[in-house]
Amino acid sequence: MNEHLENLKEIRTLMERSSKFLSLSGLSGISAGVIALFGAFMVYKKKVEITGNSNPQGILDATNLEGDFKLYVFKIALLTLLGALIGGIYFTIRKAKRNNEKVWNNLSKKLLINLTIPLIAGAIYSLALVQQNNMWMAASSTLIFYGMALIFASNYTVRDVFSLGICEITLGILSIFFTGFTFLFWVIGFGLLHILYGGLMYFKYDK
Amino acid sequence: MILEQFNKTFESKARLGIMSVLMVNESVNFNSLKELLNLTDGNLATHVKALEEAGYLLVKKEFIGRKPNTLYSVTADGRTAFEQHLSVLEQFIKNS
Repeated sequence: MNEHLENLKEIRTLMERSSKFLSLSGLSGISAGVIALFGAFMVYKKKVEITGNSNPQGILDATNLEGDFKLYVFKIALLTLLGALIGGIYFTIRKAKRNNEKVWNNLSKKLLINLTIPLIAGAIYSLALVQQNNMWMAASSTLIFYGMALIFASNYTVRDVFSLGICEITLGILSIFFTGFTFLFWVIGFGLLHILYGGLMYFKYDK
Repeated sequence: MILEQFNKTFESKARLGIMSVLMVNESVNFNSLKELLNLTDGNLATHVKALEEAGYLLVKKEFIGRKPNTLYSVTADGRTAFEQHLSVLEQFIKNS
C-alpha cells in the first residue's frame, strides 16, 4: 500500500520534472524588479533636473523628450534590460546547480524560444515607436509583449508565470488609456510586480 | 481482487517512470530519459524494449549530424494502458 502511494508520488514528480523547467529562481524576479525601480528612479531624477517639475506624470510625453533626455531614457532602458537578463541568468544557473538540474536542456530551450519570440517582436515594434518619438506607446508595448512572452513561457515552467503575464498585459493595456501615467504603469509592471512575484516564488519553491 | 487488474508490464519502478515522462512529453530521447530516471544504459534499454514489445511505446531512430539519436514516444495503446493502471492504483490506495 505504501509502496503504491510512493509510486504515485514519484509519477507525479517525474511528470512535472520532465515537462517543466523548475530552476527558474524567484530571486531572478526580485533582482529584475529592483533594477527596474532603480532605472525608473534615475529617469525620474533626470526629468526633475531638466524641468524642475517633480510631477511624475507625463514623463514620457513627446514634449519632454527633447534630444538628450530621450537618449538618456533609451540608455537607461537598455541598461535595465541588460541588468535584468544578467540577474535572471545568474540566479537560474545558481538554482539549477543546487537542484542538480542541467541549465541547458530541452526544457530550458523550449522556455527560451517561447520567451524570446514575443520579446523580439515587441522589441522591434517598440523601437519603431521610439523612432517616431512615441516613447509612451513604446513603454506600453513593452508591457504587453512581455506579458505575452510570459504566458507562452508559462507552459514550460511554474504556473505563477502565467498570472504574472496576465497582470503585465492588463497594465500595458490600461497604460494606453491613462495617458500621462505610462511611466507609473511601467514602474508597477516591471518593478513592483517582479519583486512581488519573485518573492512569492522564492518562498513557494526556493526555500 | 483488484490486484489482478494491475498491469504486469508496469510492474517495475523504472517502467512507471518511463511512462510518466512520456505521457507529458511529445517525445524524449534516450539520454534525457536516462538522466531523468537515473538509470544505466543497459537497464533503461531493457525496460524500453519490454514496453516497446508490449506496444506501449514507439521508437524512432534519427541522426543529429553523425550522432545517433533515439526518440521515444507513447502510443495510443500505451496511453490508455497507463491511465488505466493509474486509476487502479488510485482506487487501491483509496480502498485500503
